[in-house]
Amino acid sequence: MAKVLVVTSGKGGVGKTTSTAALGAALATAGKNVVLVDFDVGLRNLDLVMGAERRVVYDLINVVQGDAKLAQALIRDKRVPTLSLLPASQTRDKDALTDEGVARVIAELKEKFNWVICDSPAGIERGATLAMRHADVAIVVTNPEVSSVRDSDRIIGLLDSKTEKAEKGERVEKHLLITRFDAARAGRGEMLNVEDVLEILSIPLLGIIPESFEVLRASNLGSPITLNNPASAPARAYFDAAKRLNGEALDMTIPSDRKGLFGKLFGRRAA
Amino acid sequence: MKLIDFFKRPRTAPVARERLQILLAHERAVSGKSDLIAILQEEILAVIAKHFPVDSEGIKVKMERGEVVSTLEVEVEIPTPMCPSFPLPAKPTPAEPACAAEAAEAES
Repeated sequence: MAKVLVVTSGKGGVGKTTSTAALGAALATAGKNVVLVDFDVGLRNLDLVMGAERRVVYDLINVVQGDAKLAQALIRDKRVPTLSLLPASQTRDKDALTDEGVARVIAELKEKFNWVICDSPAGIERGATLAMRHADVAIVVTNPEVSSVRDSDRIIGLLDSKTEKAEKGERVEKHLLITRFDAARAGRGEMLNVEDVLEILSIPLLGIIPESFEVLRASNLGSPITLNNPASAPARAYFDAAKRLNGEALDMTIPSDRKGLFGKLFGRRAA
Repeated sequence: MKLIDFFKRPRTAPVARERLQILLAHERAVSGKSDLIAILQEEILAVIAKHFPVDSEGIKVKMERGEVVSTLEVEVEIPTPMCPSFPLPAKPTPAEPACAAEAAEAES
């Protein structure tokens, strides 16, 4: 049974696209058929983070409007054969996405893949509500920071009211993914800790992704962190999150890149 | 300022947490309330429209939250020729709508 997953947050820059790429690659390496759909029309970036920017021929809007077939627009990943990408349009307007067209494309994708992962644009406008419209599962990406938590609360409200499931009286399964977490700063009381965010948003926790320079390194190279450096702390956190999405019960840990004395003295801090 | 204050950075996260809790409690109450009012308005209108031709502009639903008792006020305007079975009041006050159904219900 195919599942439609939306990665959303309200606030921009918290790690939606990074998380979409990392989780998609993690699920695909575990043998699932995965497609990543970029809903950020006009500001597409998932192709860049996936390293497929030069392979884009047709996009989501071409398929929605019937100018291209789905098979023509899908880009198969060169590293993981079970991973595909449906890019957003960079030139067109988000109004070119119709409700019926999106519904048709999602239904078609559900026949071909186990996971349809929709990368939502920031904000609460049409693009974001369209991305969450058909979701069975939602990942709310949140930084431990006041504006991100507030926007996440707003998005949770939309997931409970504007989605197809909500309108049918059903519930979208919601998960919280805390990204850019710095355990040391949280320990010193300089950053909201995991319990604070969980208590405020009160949705179940999917994972805690530690702040790491490895994330930027991976996006520089156009490779999801889970493929670029699977042993790194954020990649391990994403692999755990992907397993939880598949229903595995794992203890919640915050992986860390342990530094030796040399690293402590000369290593640069991320952030 | 004591010397120790230079070295001890204040814990700012508890402040963030408290500000968020207060803000979100307020924001959730506001959005939840307006949703409920909108639903009530729609449903009440649907019931009344079965018997009177009313338009969506003619209904006002207002909720006021009090310390002990909260009130729900519903005001529906119906064109006078449409409700002939109710006689006009002896001294109609021109300021009031000619035929208004008003209901106030207490809710705690």
